[in-house]
Amino acid sequence: MSCVETIQAYAFRSIGFGERLLPKGEYTLCEHFTLIGSGMIWNIYFGFVALLTGFFFAVALAVGKNSANPAWRKPAEWFIFIFRGSPLFIQFFFAYACFLNLKGVSSFFDPFTSAWLGALIVLFCNTAAYSGEIFYGALLSVPKGDIEAADAYGMTGWKRFRRITFPTMMRLAWPAYTNEAIFLFHATTLVFFSGFPAWRQKGDALYYASYFADKTFNPFVPYPILAFYFILLTLVIILLFGFVNRQLNRHLPQERREKIRWRANLIR
Amino acid sequence: MFSYCTDPSTLEGLSWLSCYLTTGKHVNLYISVIVVLTLLAITAPTALLFGFGAASAARSQFLPLRWFGKGYTSIVRGVPDIAFFLFFVIALDQAFEWMRHKVKCPDWDQPIRQGIDFVVCDAAKLPLSSSPQWVHETYGFFLAVLTFSIVFGAFAANVLYGAMQAVPRAQIETAEAYGMSNRQAFWRILVPQMWVYALPGLSNLWMVLIKATPLLFLLGVEDIVYWARELGGTKAAKFTAYPHPNWHVWYFAALLVFYLCFTKVSEVVLGRIMARLTKGQATAAGEAQRKAAA
Repeated sequence: MSCVETIQAYAFRSIGFGERLLPKGEYTLCEHFTLIGSGMIWNIYFGFVALLTGFFFAVALAVGKNSANPAWRKPAEWFIFIFRGSPLFIQFFFAYACFLNLKGVSSFFDPFTSAWLGALIVLFCNTAAYSGEIFYGALLSVPKGDIEAADAYGMTGWKRFRRITFPTMMRLAWPAYTNEAIFLFHATTLVFFSGFPAWRQKGDALYYASYFADKTFNPFVPYPILAFYFILLTLVIILLFGFVNRQLNRHLPQERREKIRWRANLIR
Repeated sequence: MFSYCTDPSTLEGLSWLSCYLTTGKHVNLYISVIVVLTLLAITAPTALLFGFGAASAARSQFLPLRWFGKGYTSIVRGVPDIAFFLFFVIALDQAFEWMRHKVKCPDWDQPIRQGIDFVVCDAAKLPLSSSPQWVHETYGFFLAVLTFSIVFGAFAANVLYGAMQAVPRAQIETAEAYGMSNRQAFWRILVPQMWVYALPGLSNLWMVLIKATPLLFLLGVEDIVYWARELGGTKAAKFTAYPHPNWHVWYFAALLVFYLCFTKVSEVVLGRIMARLTKGQATAAGEAQRKAAA
């Protein structure tokens, strides 16, 4: 097979289009690149959707944790503690086992045992907890003067939050939130190693990379390719988030702007 | 375990549970908790050592050494860590076998990579195919520890490098003014002072290390995740004296609680250490402590 044919056959293999059988025998470099790249579709899907939906929940959690009313504060604190205090890997296993049990109760829970929904829910809760803590930290460091100024203008409640507190909170939290986004995309590689089945060998990038490594017993080709894709993805995230960061900081003088600092990525 | 456990089918309620939780396989589960703790106990200092080495290499005057230090710390960024875990276990194994092969079988003429096979001579196999089971298991565990140390060493290097940069420049200048050499200034001035700055990052790293331990399962070690899957499933239970339906939920819930307790305890202990270290320091936290006391 030429490389173009390989791309035609396997570019969308991870979501069920193209050739059904995975390549056999001698694995070419082209097959490595195409199939691992095809798996990236899942990583991007999980990361993007979880980040987008998790953002709103995270803001709610941060505001809840900052609330004076224990009825709001306690659940938010516990949620953040549970999801930040335990390994994501165990959370995946636990959630999968739960969904499997619920499936026996009602057929409504059928889709929950497949990765596209079940794993997404876990990632959603996880990123909401981590970003919630980041936003909470930012909420605490909103300058006192900003709030006082808002009070002086007669702003209260929702209006004050929307126009003063929230923009400042976002501005302060954004560098840390960028890191969280990068971690989240890295965490998506755990999905198919933690109980959720890769149905018909439709897996993510790491699934295919480890497939190649298992078959060829040569880790020096597939994992660097995976690394290449992820470094590319990380650069794209930094670019996009950097653009938002500039937007959030555009009213400030140059030297007071929050820079996005590049920190080590850590497993959760 | 207990004397009344001889006939499990007659047992009820709590006594059934007490017998069930003390079967041989469950004892394996409890032993694997010790395995996890051992991993933490070995990995944390080793990673710290690696990190310290890399951080000082990154500050070295000698260019290739500096490249090595910077390269090592930055190579782990941007790439998912599990990829490293999966990669290093095979790569290290093959690297060891390759080196032994070069030493022990110099007159071997066949290529090592034959198509999709990795072939070394019998004497170079690690562990030797004749060695007992426990050697295989220990070797697997050793590989896992090394992998963890390499990956977390890079993170620790990042933290320690930052801490070294955070020590006020004036301190080093004073050391130079006293006529200390670079090496003396490094060991006598920089290293003792950097720990206060490194501690927040290192305690964060410790929490992350705790949460990374279930990944041992991916490295082929029979750890708590392995036993929880094994014992919770119906397949293994069907052929024992204690048949039960799928109890994965309960086993993983127990693991969740175990990790939550572990991180909570660590958080409290690290908080105390931090409070002790900041006492009297000229930092914002130290100032806050002084005001609270007054």
